[in-house]
Amino acid sequence: MGLTANLYLLTPEFALAGLAVLVLAVDLVTPDNRKALLGWFSVVGLVALIVISLFMLWQHQDTLYGGLLAVDAFSLFFKVFFMGLGIVIILSSIEYVDKYLTHPGEFYGLVLFSVLGMNVMAMSRELLTAYISLELLSFSLYVMAAYARTNARSNEAGLKYIIIGAFSSAILLYGVSMVYSSLGVTHFAAIAEQMAAGSGAGPALWVGLALLLVGLGFKLAAVPFHMWAPDVYEGAPLPVTAYLAIGSKAAAFALVLRLFTEGLMPAVDQWRIVLAVLAAATMLVGNLVALAQRNIKRLMAYSSVGHVGFILAGVAALSTGSVLATNGVIFYVVAYSVTSMLVFACLISFFNMTGQEEIADFAGLADRQPFLAGAIAIGMFSLGGLPIFAGFTAKFYLFTAVASGGLLWLAGLAIFSSLISLYYYLQVIRQMYISPAAPAPTPLPVAGGQDIDEEEDAQSSIDEASNGVPEKEDHHEDGHHSPPPPMPPELALKPSALMIGVALVMLVGVFWLGVYPAPLLDAIEAASRAILPGF
Amino acid sequence: MQVFDQVVLLLLIVVPLAGALLTMMMPGNRPRDVWYFAVVVSALSFLLSVALFLRYDYGAGGFQFQKTYDWLDVPVHISLSLGVDGIAAPLILLNGIILLGGVLISQNIQYRTRDFFVLLLALGAGVYGTFVVRDLFFLFFFYELAVLPMYLLIGVWGSSTDFGTFLRTKEYGAMKLFLYLVAGSVLVWVAILAMYVEGAERGFPTFSLEQMGVLAETGQYGEGFQAWVFPMFMVGFGVLAGLWPFHTWSPDGHVAAPTAVSMLHAGVLMKLGAYGIIRVGMVLLPDGAADWMPILITLGTINVLYGAVSAMSQTDLKYVIGYSSVSHMGYVLMGIATLDRIGVAGAVLQMFSHGIMTALMFLLVGAVYDRAHTRDTHVLSGLFNRMGVTSYFFAIAGLASLGLPGLSGFIAEFMVFTGAFRTYLPLAVLAVIGAALTAVYILRLLARTFFGELDPKWEHLTDASPMEKTVGGAFVLILIFVGVWPAPLMRVINVGIASLPGL
Repeated sequence: MGLTANLYLLTPEFALAGLAVLVLAVDLVTPDNRKALLGWFSVVGLVALIVISLFMLWQHQDTLYGGLLAVDAFSLFFKVFFMGLGIVIILSSIEYVDKYLTHPGEFYGLVLFSVLGMNVMAMSRELLTAYISLELLSFSLYVMAAYARTNARSNEAGLKYIIIGAFSSAILLYGVSMVYSSLGVTHFAAIAEQMAAGSGAGPALWVGLALLLVGLGFKLAAVPFHMWAPDVYEGAPLPVTAYLAIGSKAAAFALVLRLFTEGLMPAVDQWRIVLAVLAAATMLVGNLVALAQRNIKRLMAYSSVGHVGFILAGVAALSTGSVLATNGVIFYVVAYSVTSMLVFACLISFFNMTGQEEIADFAGLADRQPFLAGAIAIGMFSLGGLPIFAGFTAKFYLFTAVASGGLLWLAGLAIFSSLISLYYYLQVIRQMYISPAAPAPTPLPVAGGQDIDEEEDAQSSIDEASNGVPEKEDHHEDGHHSPPPPMPPELALKPSALMIGVALVMLVGVFWLGVYPAPLLDAIEAASRAILPGF
Repeated sequence: MQVFDQVVLLLLIVVPLAGALLTMMMPGNRPRDVWYFAVVVSALSFLLSVALFLRYDYGAGGFQFQKTYDWLDVPVHISLSLGVDGIAAPLILLNGIILLGGVLISQNIQYRTRDFFVLLLALGAGVYGTFVVRDLFFLFFFYELAVLPMYLLIGVWGSSTDFGTFLRTKEYGAMKLFLYLVAGSVLVWVAILAMYVEGAERGFPTFSLEQMGVLAETGQYGEGFQAWVFPMFMVGFGVLAGLWPFHTWSPDGHVAAPTAVSMLHAGVLMKLGAYGIIRVGMVLLPDGAADWMPILITLGTINVLYGAVSAMSQTDLKYVIGYSSVSHMGYVLMGIATLDRIGVAGAVLQMFSHGIMTALMFLLVGAVYDRAHTRDTHVLSGLFNRMGVTSYFFAIAGLASLGLPGLSGFIAEFMVFTGAFRTYLPLAVLAVIGAALTAVYILRLLARTFFGELDPKWEHLTDASPMEKTVGGAFVLILIFVGVWPAPLMRVINVGIASLPGL
C-alpha cells in the first residue's frame, strides 16, 4: 500500500487546517466591528467537521503513512471531543475577545490550529509525530497566553509558558532520542515489541523513558513539574486559561493513554509505581496549595493540578487485561472538561460584566446573579465530587478502576484529597451565597494599556455606585433576613444570552453525565478497545 | 396495585428529585407559590411512603417491591436495584412524615425561598434513595446526595449563636458538619472499593448488595479482611450517626440550622448512619461485626452518658436538644452493637421514635425562638403561661425522650436495655443511668423554662401558629400511638431483623 493510498481519511484534518487559514484570510477583509462573525464562522466550520468526521470515520480502523497515524475509535472519539471543545471555547470567548482583546481573527485561527494539533495528538502512534503535533498545540497556546499584548501579566504568562514549554519540549525530545538510540524504533507498537523481546533494555532506555515522562509531566503540570501553571493561568486571558486547563490537559492525556497502552505496556511493572507516586504527589500538592489561593484563576490552576493527579492515578492503573482503567481515565477527562467548562463559562461571563477575578469579589453573587452563582456552585460541587453531578460518577468510576488495578492505597489517597478539595470549593460557594456583598470591590493591582482604561472605568463607577450602600451586617436570623442591598447599576448587568447558553449546555452535560453516563461510556469503551492490545 | 408495587420505590426517589428540579425553574419572586408546590411534592411523597408501609407484607417478609434497572454494563456493572425490607420500611415512613412536616412549617421562609425548597427536597430525595436502593454505588450516591444540601441549608438560612464570650457562627456550624460528614464518607468510600476489589478477586466484581450478600453468606470475605473493613464502615457511617468521639459536628450543626433542617437532620439524616451500619456492615461483614461490636457498644454507652451530661450543662435550648440527640443516638448504636434480636429491633424502633421526638422538639424550640428571639434557658421562664400548647407538646416530647411508659421512647429504650442486659450487663447498667440523667435535664427544663414562673418580659409571647400546632399535634399523636400500640411497627421491624445474619 502506497503512502497516499488512504489519504482521504485525513479529510477532517486537511479541512481543519484549511478552515484555520481561511479564517485568517477572511479576517483581512472583515470590518473591525464585524469580527465576531469570524468566531461564528469558525464554530459553523467545526460543527460541519464534526458531522463529516462522524460520517466518514465511524467504525473505521486503519493506519496512515505506514502506521504513523491511526484512524480508529479512539482518535475519532477524541477528535469529536476536541472539536466540540473548540466550539465551546470559541463561543465563550466571542464576548471576551470583543471586549478585551485585539486581533480577533488570529485568535480564532489559533484556536483552530491548536484543535488540529490536538486531533493529530490523539491519532499519532509514533514518538516524533506525537512530538510535532504537541508542538503545534503548544505554539498556538504560547501565543494565546500572551494575547492581551498590552497587559503585563499576560505577557509574563506568555513568556513563562514559552520558556518552560521549550524547556520541556527539549527534555521530551531528548527522551525520544534516547529511546530511539536504545531500541532503534519510534513506533509505539514497535517499542512494545522490542521491550517485550527484551532487546535494548538498559540504562539508556530507562533514562529515555524517564525523560519522556518528565517532558509529559511538564505539559500536564504534574507535581513536581507544575510550577509554571498557576502563573500562566493567572496571567492568560480567561478563555485561554480555560483552554489551558481543559484542552491541553485532555490532549496530553490522549497522547499519554496511547503511548502507555500501545507502547509501554511491557514495562508496566517498572513505571506503575513511578506514576503512582507522581499521581499521589500531584493530587496532594495541588489540592493542599489550592487551599491558600485568593485569586479564582490560581484556584482553578491548582485545582486542575489536583485533578491531573486523579487522572494520573488512573493511568497508573492501566493494564492489558481490562478496559476499566482506560475507560475511567477517558470518562474522567470528559467529566472534568465539561464541569470545568461550566465553571469557566460563568467566570468569563462574570469577568465580562465586572472585570473582577478575586474570590472575594464573588461575595453576594447569589443575590445579584442567581443563575451564575447557581451554575458556579453546581460546578464546584461537581469538581468536589458530589452527586448527582458528573464529578461524582466519574470519580467513583475512576477510583474503582484504580482500586481494581491493585492500587487501593492510591484510591484512598485520592478520595482523601477530594475531601481536601471540597474545602476550597466550598469557600467559593460561601462567598457567593453566605458572605454579604462587599461594599466596594478592591481595585485590581496591575493592569496595563487598554485593559487599564476599561477596568478603571468599571472600578470607579462601581465605587461611586456603592458608596451610598451601608455595609450589610452578617446577622441573619432564621426567618428574619434583611432584603439584599440595592445593587450597584454596573453589577445589575445581565450576563449575555450567549454565555448563559453555553453555561446551560454545560449544566445539562454535568447533570447528564452524573445521572446517566451509559451512552457516553459505550463510546468510551469502543475508544478504549481500539488502543488496548488484545481487545 | 400491581403497577403501584412496581413503581413505588422509583417514585419515592423521583418525586422529590423532580420536585426539586421543577422548583429550580419556578420564578424566584413568588415564595408563596414555591411553598405550595413544595407542600404538594412532599405530601405526595408522604402518601407514597404511607402506602408503601401499609402494603409491606410482614407475613412474607424479605425484600419487597423489588425492581432492577440496568445502569452501567461491564466492565463495572451497576444497576439501580430497588427493594425494601422490614428495617427500611419504617424509616421510609419516618422520612415521609418529617419531610412533610418540615416543609409545612417552613411557610415563613422569605429569603431565597426557591433555593431553600430545592435543597430541602433534594435532601429528602437523598434520604429516600439511601433507604430504598440495594446497590452500594447508589446507596453511596444517595447518601452523599443527602449530605450535599446541608452546607447551604445551614450556611444561608441558619442562625449564629452568641455566647457572650465567643460566637458560634452558622458558617462554622455548616462547614464543620459538612467536613465531618464528608470525612466519614471518605472511609465509607474506601471500604466500598475494598469490598469491590475483594469480590473481584473472587471472580465476582459487583456493587450489588444482593450479590455481595451471597458472597458474605458463602464466606468469601475472609476474617482478616472483615476485621479491617468493618471498622471503616462503622466509623464512616458512625460519624453521621453521631458516634462519640466524632459527634461534635452534630450539636453545632443542629443549632445553626433553620428549624426544618434541624428536624430533618436530627430526625432522619442521622438515622442513615445507623442504617448503613446495619445494612452494609452487619449484613456483609458479620465476622467483622462480631469482632468490633464490643468497641461499638462501649462507644455507644459513652454516647449516652456523655451526651446526657453535656445536655445537662447547656444553657441554650437547641444545644440541649442537640446533645440529647447525641445521647439518644447512643441507644441506637448500643442496640445495634448487642447483636441481639431484641436489642437490634429496639435500635430500629428507637430510630423511628427518636426521629419523631427530636423533630417535634426542634419544631417547638423553633417556635419559641421565632417569638422570643432567644433560646437561653437562664432568660426564658414560665412559657406555659403564654405558649400553652407549645409547652404541653414539649412536655410530651420530653417525657417520651426520658422513657415514660405509654410513649414511644419507653418501648424502644426498654428493648435496647433488654438486649444489652443479655449481652453486656455492666454497660447496660451505665446506660440506664444515662436514661436517669436524661430525666434530670428534661425535667429541669420543663420545670423552669416551660412551667416555671412567668418572667414579665415574656408577657407579649403568643402561642405556636396553627400550622405549628397541627404538625406538632400530629407528631404527638404518633408518639402516643407507637407508645400504646407498637405492634404495627414492631411486626414489620421484627421481620426485617429476622433475616439479619449473626443474630
